[in-house]
Amino acid sequence: MLKIDTVTKSYGNAAQKHEVLRGVCVELAAGETLALTGESGSGKSTLLHLAAALDGFDSGEIVLNGIAYSGLDDRGRARLRRETLALVFQQFSLVPSLTVAENILFHARLAGRPDPSWAAEVTERLGLAALAQRWPEALSGGQQQRVAIARALAARPQLLLADEPTGNLDEDTGTRVLDLMLDLVRETGAALWLVTHSDAVARRVGRRVHLSSGVLS
Amino acid sequence: MSHWRRQPLQLVILGLGLALATALWSAVQAINAEARASYSQASEQLAAGTGAVIDRPGSDIAVETYARMRRAGWDVAPVLQGRIAVAGRQLTVVGIDVLTHPAAAVILGDTADLSESVTGEGRLFARPDLQTALATTPGLPPIVSNPAIPPGEVWTDLSVAERLLNRAGRLSHVLVLQSDHEALEPESFASGLRLRPEGSQDTAQLTRSFHLNLTAFGFLAFGVGLFIVHGAIGLAFEQRRTLFRTLRALGVPLQKLVLVLSFELLGLAVFAGAAGLVLGHVLAAALLPDVAATLRGLYGAPVEGALGFRWHWAVAGLSMAVGGAVVAGASALVKLRHLPILAGSTVSVWAEVGRVGIRRQAMGGVFLAALGALVFVVADGLVAGFALLAGLLLGAALCLPLCLAGVLKLGQVVARGPVAQWVWADARAQLPGLSLALMALMLALATNVGVSTMVSSFRLTFTGWLDQRLAAEIYVTARDDTQGAEITSWLAPRVQAVLPIRSATDQLNGQSATIFGIIDHQTYRLNWPLLDAVPDVWARVAKGQGVLINEQMALRQDVSLDDILPFAGQSLPVVGVYSDYGNPRPQAIVGMDLLLSLYGDVPNYRFAIRIPAQEVDALRAAIAERFDLPPGGVRANTEVKQFSKAVFENTFVVTGALNALTLGVAGFAILTSLLTLWTGRLPQIAPVWSMGLTRKTIAMVELVRSLLLAAFTALVAVPVGLGLAWVLLNVINVEAFGWRLPMFLFPADWAILAGLALFAAALAAGWPSWRMARVTPAELLKVFANDR
Repeated sequence: MLKIDTVTKSYGNAAQKHEVLRGVCVELAAGETLALTGESGSGKSTLLHLAAALDGFDSGEIVLNGIAYSGLDDRGRARLRRETLALVFQQFSLVPSLTVAENILFHARLAGRPDPSWAAEVTERLGLAALAQRWPEALSGGQQQRVAIARALAARPQLLLADEPTGNLDEDTGTRVLDLMLDLVRETGAALWLVTHSDAVARRVGRRVHLSSGVLS
Repeated sequence: MSHWRRQPLQLVILGLGLALATALWSAVQAINAEARASYSQASEQLAAGTGAVIDRPGSDIAVETYARMRRAGWDVAPVLQGRIAVAGRQLTVVGIDVLTHPAAAVILGDTADLSESVTGEGRLFARPDLQTALATTPGLPPIVSNPAIPPGEVWTDLSVAERLLNRAGRLSHVLVLQSDHEALEPESFASGLRLRPEGSQDTAQLTRSFHLNLTAFGFLAFGVGLFIVHGAIGLAFEQRRTLFRTLRALGVPLQKLVLVLSFELLGLAVFAGAAGLVLGHVLAAALLPDVAATLRGLYGAPVEGALGFRWHWAVAGLSMAVGGAVVAGASALVKLRHLPILAGSTVSVWAEVGRVGIRRQAMGGVFLAALGALVFVVADGLVAGFALLAGLLLGAALCLPLCLAGVLKLGQVVARGPVAQWVWADARAQLPGLSLALMALMLALATNVGVSTMVSSFRLTFTGWLDQRLAAEIYVTARDDTQGAEITSWLAPRVQAVLPIRSATDQLNGQSATIFGIIDHQTYRLNWPLLDAVPDVWARVAKGQGVLINEQMALRQDVSLDDILPFAGQSLPVVGVYSDYGNPRPQAIVGMDLLLSLYGDVPNYRFAIRIPAQEVDALRAAIAERFDLPPGGVRANTEVKQFSKAVFENTFVVTGALNALTLGVAGFAILTSLLTLWTGRLPQIAPVWSMGLTRKTIAMVELVRSLLLAAFTALVAVPVGLGLAWVLLNVINVEAFGWRLPMFLFPADWAILAGLALFAAALAAGWPSWRMARVTPAELLKVFANDR
């Protein structure tokens, strides 16, 4: 489903070039779950962002469902994010001008496959029904993260990319949120790529790869 | 200071906002100060002596009568004053006796040879600008420049004035120089003479309303400018919020931080205020000639066309700049006082707090509007009118965010697609941050709608009125009564009618008024613009059984139909009220026989001539060939109308300029608000971008959002502007000028104005949109990676 082939990525100009990823190769099959671990600054988030078609890379290739990223313009990448992927970030991923209910349905509507009954079920199972008409800024961090997960899953993506989804939560809440996310991913048949620096979280995911100084092991 | 070095543009916006606000305010104040100084100078000159004068309502005083007063030991000085047309302009000629007039020394200045001024062709004394303008005019005596002479006037010796005005041996009035003049009885020298204090209705008083109007406009512009300053200060504080938190965490006392920032604000205000004063002076110098033309056209007020510098004006302007900056910066300083050291910044969005805030604001607006209405009902006069206006404008401005929120909510509900729904929701979320700028835009637009409706209604009414009032085809002004009589007899067999224009001056209800006499003719019956009249009005006027009065007099003196008006020892009922735009003074019309019986031999050298339109040119040429008339002695009604319309258009040049400037300032206010919002914008749009909207789409949304808000603001501004126009036409104009005008609607003008508002909003939103389109993915990704 997703193939990352010898991808390199660097920041800065020619004089002060900082290479973040060095020839990274990884594959993810449909329905598979993968954990990406590594120290802070190892390039985990950068790799996830590349996989999500959020940023460009220097060399190599990324292919999702047969579509090569290098051949896509800004519009093509946006379409890929809209219709095939879903993302869960550590923070700031809700649209502040929409209510919880509107946020949860937003991505599914953008993707052109709104399913209110499925969205309602996801909302219910993530314990958000009572918060449906609230504004994001009125929610706690844990509640906001659950809304972000609900929104991603309500869109029924083929690939769910999650960057430290429980990084901002306390251990108990983090565990509960992760359990729910894994259950729902299994039910929808989506592939999950999860970035974490936590061994405990990584152990609960099917496969695990480690990134160190821009090199995958 | 490092903040401003890194953000020079922000410094420019802040400075420009404050400078623009100060410039518009101080320009208006400079114009007002200059005009008032001119009135003051003029009235000092005219009222030299004790301020008392002797005159004879409706006619001149013979020089012999004056001579008898002197022989009787009265300390008096003769004056002959009148108007002549020279080189296409109307001049006031003031003839004085250089030996007795108290201002003679000032008038003659350092003229070396006094005899030159009083013998031979004599000398005229005029301000330098008038002296330059008239220098090459043939037929005038040499002109001496003297800045002490009031604008628009030429002063000269009595003998020269007699020649120029064709009034040999006559005086218009006599100045009383002795202080114990109360016991003088001028009637003992000639019948009809009276002693009266001068300046009972002086120019400064007449033009007070005009200056109040200008001041109100200046204040509005200043207020709109402050919105920019508020936006820029808010932006500067928002961007330094993290720095303030760090400084506080490092132990910098809050008081010290507030003090330092207050000084920073003060310094900026002084610099920007000084720049604003320079701008204001330039603006005032550019606008003053038009204002002078307006004041001359509307009130005959003498105002100089050049601007002087006044210290008190500069100090007042600078104080306004500093005061304005303090007001605009107060909320930022208060926020700083309450800034928690440890709390992170949050994305400001539409939430319960915002909703409650704008509801309270709207309630405040309703209260202010009601208060304005209450003051209007309870109090009287121009101030009450302005209270109503202020209540209307402020009330509408404060209610605007709630109205917009309602419309945007409705838009979100009916929106179909997710992007459209987000656009509406996002616009609503930005409302608290943009509301001040939108209020400024609404005020500017409403003022534009209101003032342009007023001006256009006035123009339409005025043009129609001119057509009625100037019904005669030709207007003739002879040199004197003798020539007038000759022209009348010559014209009689050649034209359909000769309508004499004869008038006297008298006191009506304690105010100086002009009383015209008319003969009984169809021209008046068919054309005269009567606002109110008894059924047989013209017959009663012709029989001397009634008087017509102008609207100004009816409104100001509260006189209406059938009221009895006492004048010249008679009491006549008011049988009609006519519109008389452009004239600030009371006026009345009686039958010609009655005028002559009341005021004796009033001058008879002006006529209106009725003739078929195709014969106008030939007759004009024939009159010019047959008689030696003064310049402008024969004029077709088309010329008079054209001149009147030109005066009218000149009158509103300043209003138009201030309108445009205010709208420009409002557009600038939107830009600063959008730039302020930009700082917190990325966390709001990054999630949408991550879900598959392109940066170009989001940039377009930024633009559409501003256009949406501007369009709805313009929609709200139209009814508010029409309310403003109604108040201007039915309250302010009546109080200020004494006439009430019908209101006409000009939807095409509103459409153009709405287009301008959208253009201003598009310009203001263009830059942030362009920045959005160019923002790099790395910048957007930082949103998800860092605690901003």
